[in-house]
Amino acid sequence: MSIRENFETPSRFKTWSYALMGVGALSLIVGYILYGNVDHGTHFWSALLHNGVYFLLVVNAAMFFFAASSLAWGGWQISFRRVTEAISASVIPIGAITFVILLALVFGHKSNIYEWLDRDIVKNDEVLKGKSSFLSPTFFIAWSVLTIGLWTIFGIKLRGISREIDNAPITIEEGKKYIFKSTIWSAVYIVWFTLTVASVTPWLWLMSLNAHWFSTMYSWYTFASSFVAGIALITLFVIYLKNLGYLEYTNDEHLHDLGKYQFAFSIFWTYVWFAQFMLIWYGNISEETIYFKTRFEGAYEGLFYLNLTINFLAPILIYMSRPSKRNYATVTFMSVALLFGHWIDFYQMVFGSTMKDHVPMNLFDFGIAAGFVGLIMWNTARVLGKYPLIPKNHPFLKESIIHYT
Amino acid sequence: MSIKKFVVGCFTDEQVLFSAIKKVRSSGYKIHDVYTPMPIHGLDKALGLRDTSLHTAGFIYGITGTLTALCGIGWIFTSDWPLNFGGKPHFSLPAWIPIMFELTVLFSAVGMTLTFCYLCQVAPFVKKHHFHPRATDDLFVMVLECTPKNNEADMSSFLGGTGAIEVNVQEAETGWWLGTYDKDRKPFEKKKASLA
Repeated sequence: MSIRENFETPSRFKTWSYALMGVGALSLIVGYILYGNVDHGTHFWSALLHNGVYFLLVVNAAMFFFAASSLAWGGWQISFRRVTEAISASVIPIGAITFVILLALVFGHKSNIYEWLDRDIVKNDEVLKGKSSFLSPTFFIAWSVLTIGLWTIFGIKLRGISREIDNAPITIEEGKKYIFKSTIWSAVYIVWFTLTVASVTPWLWLMSLNAHWFSTMYSWYTFASSFVAGIALITLFVIYLKNLGYLEYTNDEHLHDLGKYQFAFSIFWTYVWFAQFMLIWYGNISEETIYFKTRFEGAYEGLFYLNLTINFLAPILIYMSRPSKRNYATVTFMSVALLFGHWIDFYQMVFGSTMKDHVPMNLFDFGIAAGFVGLIMWNTARVLGKYPLIPKNHPFLKESIIHYT
Repeated sequence: MSIKKFVVGCFTDEQVLFSAIKKVRSSGYKIHDVYTPMPIHGLDKALGLRDTSLHTAGFIYGITGTLTALCGIGWIFTSDWPLNFGGKPHFSLPAWIPIMFELTVLFSAVGMTLTFCYLCQVAPFVKKHHFHPRATDDLFVMVLECTPKNNEADMSSFLGGTGAIEVNVQEAETGWWLGTYDKDRKPFEKKKASLA
C-alpha cells in the first residue's frame, strides 16, 4: 500500500484556524472593554482561567494518552500516534498563555477569583491560615512553573524519541533498546502527570476557587473530564485526516477503540463525579455541601443536569452498541458533544465558585474558547506537516496495521 | 439427537487454516465448525458468522436489574416501610444509585453467564462429541459436514490439498447428551484393538 507521508494543511483549514484565533483575540479585546473593570473584572478573568486551564489540560491529555500507551507497550495506536503527538505540541503555546493568565491573577491580587490572595481575609480566618503555606502566591507560582515547565520538557523529549527513528530502518536489537528508552521516559512523564493533573495542580488552579472547601475526589474528577475531552480531540483529528485520505493504516478497528476509550472514560468520569456528589449529599455537612449549594439548587442547576446529560447519558446510550462506535458520523458527533460537554463541566467548576448568583455565559466565553480552538488547530496542523505522518520504522507498526477488535 | 458423518481436517498453522477456510467456503462445502485451542482474531469473520447477540441479552438483563432495584427499593422506602434517615426525603434517588448499579451488574453478569452456557450448550454433566483430542492443545481442527450431495472421499482429498496435516472421517452425535464420554471412547478402543 502506498502511503502519503507528508501532511499538507488545506488552505480552508488554515483560514478557519486564523479566523477562530482572530475571533479569540477580538473577544479578548471586546471582553476587556466590556467586563475588564466591571465588578473587579470577575467575568473576564474567570473566562480566561476557565478556557486556559481547560484547553491546557485537554492537549496535555493527548500527551498522557501516547505516554500511557507507550508505557503499556500498546501497539495499536502507532498508526495514528503522530496525531496525538502533534496535538500534545500545543502544550507549549497554551501552557505559556495559561501561565501568563495565572501570573496576572496572582500579581493582580484578584481576590475576587482566588479568595486566599487577600491577606486581610486570611489573617482573620483560621481555616485559610491553616492552609496558607499551600495556598500562597509563592507555592502557587512555583508549582505552576514546575507543572507547565516539566510538561513542556517531557513533551519535547517524548516527541523527540518518537521522531529519532524516522530516517533509517532499525534492527531488532536496536528496536528493543528503543522500546526500553521510550518506556522509561513515558514512565517518568506519567509520574509527573500523577503529581500534577491527578493530584496537586487541580487543587491549586481550580479547587482553591473555593478556598474553604475541599474534596479528595476533585483531581481525579478533573483528570477524567480532561482525558475524555482529549480522546475526543484526538478522534476528531484522526477522522479529519482520514477524510483527506491520510492515515492509510488507520481503519474502523482503530476508530472502534477510540470510541471505546471515550465510552469507558465517560463512565469513569460519571463514577468519580457521582462519588464526589453522593458522599457530600449523603453526609450533609454544611462546609461540604456549600460547593453544591450553587450548583445543585442554585443558579447552576440547569448546567448541572446539562453536564450529566451530555457527559453521561449521551455516551452511555449512543456509544453502547458496536456499530455506533464504528460509524464515522456518530463518532464525530459524539466527539464534538463531549468536547463541549466537558467545557461545560469546567465552566461550572470555575464560574459556580466565582459568580454564584447567575450564569453569565455569553458570546464572550464562546469567543475565548474559539480562540483556543483555533490555536490548537493551527499548531497541530503546523507540527503534523513538519514530520512524517506514520512512524514507519516503529517496531510496533505491524501490530497496529493488523489490529483487530 | 442425530448422528451425522463429518470430515475432520487438522491444521498446525494459522495462515494455512485461514486460506483453507477461504478455499472450502468458495468450493461450497459446509463447514460444521472450527475448533481452536485459543481465540483467533478474525476467525469469525473468515467463517462468515453473524455477530453474537449476547450483548443485546446483556443489555436487557442489565436494564431488568436496574428497574428491579428501582421498583423494589422505591416501593419499600416510600410506601411499604418508610424510614427517616437523617431527615432525607423518602424518595432519595442519589442514595439508591449504588444499589441500582449493583443489581444491574449482578443481573447482567449472571444472566449473560447462563445465556452463554445455553448458547454454547455447556453445563455440568452435559457432554458433546470431541472431534480431536488435540483441539484443546495445539491443533486447529476444521470439521466439514457431509451432505447427501457430496461424497467423503472427494472432501477428504480436497481438505488434504488445502494443507491439512491429518484428515479423517467420523460419524458423530451432533447434539449433547448426559453422562460419560462413552460415545467418544469408542474410536480409541478400536485403535487399541487393531494395534493388539
